[in-house]
Amino acid sequence: MQRVIQAVKWTLFYTAVTVFVVFAVFPFYWMLVTSFKQNRDLYVGATNTAHIPWIFNDPPTLDHVRLLFHNTPYVTWLSNTAFTGALVVGITLAVAVPAGYSLARLVGDWGERLGIGVFLTYLIPPTLLFIPFSRLVSALGLQNSLWALVLVYPTFTIPFTTWLLMGFFRAIPRDLEEQAMIDGYSRLGGIVKVVMPLSVPGVLTAVIFAFTLVMQEFVYALTFVTSVDKMTVSLGVPVALVRGDVYYWGSLMAAALFASVPIAIVYSLFMDRFIAGLTAGAVKG
Amino acid sequence: MGTTRQTVELAPRLSGLQARLRYWPDRAGLLGWTMLTPALVYVSVLVGVPFVLAIVLSFSAATAGSLSFSFVGLNNFASVIRDPTFHTALKNTLFFTLVSQALVIVLASIQARLLTVAFPGRRAVRFLVLLPWAAPVALSSMAWTWIYDSTFSVINWTLSALHLLKPGQWLYWLGTPDLAMAAIVIVHVWRMLPFATVVLMAGMTSIPQDIQEAAVIDGASLWRRMLQIEVPLLLPIVAVAVLFGVVFTSTDLSVVWLLTRGGPYNSTHVLASLAFQRGILGANLGEGAATALFLFPVLVLGAVVMLRVARRTEVGA
Repeated sequence: MQRVIQAVKWTLFYTAVTVFVVFAVFPFYWMLVTSFKQNRDLYVGATNTAHIPWIFNDPPTLDHVRLLFHNTPYVTWLSNTAFTGALVVGITLAVAVPAGYSLARLVGDWGERLGIGVFLTYLIPPTLLFIPFSRLVSALGLQNSLWALVLVYPTFTIPFTTWLLMGFFRAIPRDLEEQAMIDGYSRLGGIVKVVMPLSVPGVLTAVIFAFTLVMQEFVYALTFVTSVDKMTVSLGVPVALVRGDVYYWGSLMAAALFASVPIAIVYSLFMDRFIAGLTAGAVKG
Repeated sequence: MGTTRQTVELAPRLSGLQARLRYWPDRAGLLGWTMLTPALVYVSVLVGVPFVLAIVLSFSAATAGSLSFSFVGLNNFASVIRDPTFHTALKNTLFFTLVSQALVIVLASIQARLLTVAFPGRRAVRFLVLLPWAAPVALSSMAWTWIYDSTFSVINWTLSALHLLKPGQWLYWLGTPDLAMAAIVIVHVWRMLPFATVVLMAGMTSIPQDIQEAAVIDGASLWRRMLQIEVPLLLPIVAVAVLFGVVFTSTDLSVVWLLTRGGPYNSTHVLASLAFQRGILGANLGEGAATALFLFPVLVLGAVVMLRVARRTEVGA
């Protein structure tokens, strides 16, 4: 009897887990299958229940992928995203690393309040700011240019990475820096020679985080950029890959797959670090 | 070992002496503010200025073409409030946010509990269920658009194959107001669930094991342990998860924009997508800004809850 109850429990457990996994993964599976299906396999009579859309009924094809890379600006969008991402990550690190350290160690009680203040600005959403930003961007003559994105994206990457780095810096024992200063380093020297090497994992997390945020951003790109050749991946795929009312679903899904799955995997691998950084930032050091 | 202890004892005297002798990089306060200034300037200029500008714009008849401001008082707000589409958008914003966040928190509690059980393949499962949060929303929403396709929807095919739809019956997911709403809620839940789950899992693992064990020894049932230990201890962290979810969902325009553009017949507009349509596509910056400002109370509420939670954790620590 005990064994039966146990078996029922495990069955229920695995059913629930399976439901959650299928729900989470299905859109990605659907991207994958659609990307490599032949058109006659994709666009078969929809109400025909004899034709199973879940699987490959015809052999897979690379036609959609070829179309995507040769006949659309997909590669340009990827390089635009990389360009914007690299510059935004650079600006973010240059500003957020010193700020995070300062909040964690140097400015005392103010650090606590300012840290929360900086973090709260992350809550101010693009949707409240995109209209005034569009005005500022056109006043600066940056409309329809990637530089508008480079200027604006740090407004959300800096607050979050500062908070994240603050947590990481707090986790480094204070004694190490004090030791370095006793050994003759200046405080700044101690930071550069002792703290920085130890915070490589934290900084790497910040880099990944800032870059994924740039890849994910949609609202500002939609507002500022109108030319197809200036778009990022997140904008170009949904906006410019659809021609009129014709959806090339194979190429569209391939475009979504290649840009989202690698970034999702990297991000997920770093998820624990984000949580660690977040909670360390919230606990008083 | 001995030398370490010695230096630690010497540290206060030495660092006090050094602080006076050295130049400014050694003065913690000054160095601290120097290192902090760029971040404060960047954030306050590029978040503060647009924020003020948003308020100014909402009182002006500014259009995208001209750079002049003409003060029109509350006219924008008045015309926004008179607009029936605005009422729909306001209702939808509340509906999407509340329904999807309620679903998220219930499902996340179940999912977090499942994932704290040790079972073979747990790491893989955890990894897979986290993917939706990390994928760029613009791209994953395209996958959903295809899943909801009016002719080739895989959901409809599956329902038909399972005989849950009558022959000839077909659901137009993004073309019927009620179904379009359901579709948008599903995507929001799909997207926010991983984040809430991770936050809850972090909270669950932070509950000291000895409290749980003591309760078990005292003969507390699973139910009582949940209600009297876990719920109170998890409440602050649940508040954070809910708060983030509410702020992100209520202010998001990407899911609605990508799935329906506010259609059919403006029935799925939210405040953010309406502000985009008015302010950017319609070039009426004033009305757009006024519409977006209706999101502000949500943010204030969010910030207040956040600060209270932060203060409580401080006291606890």
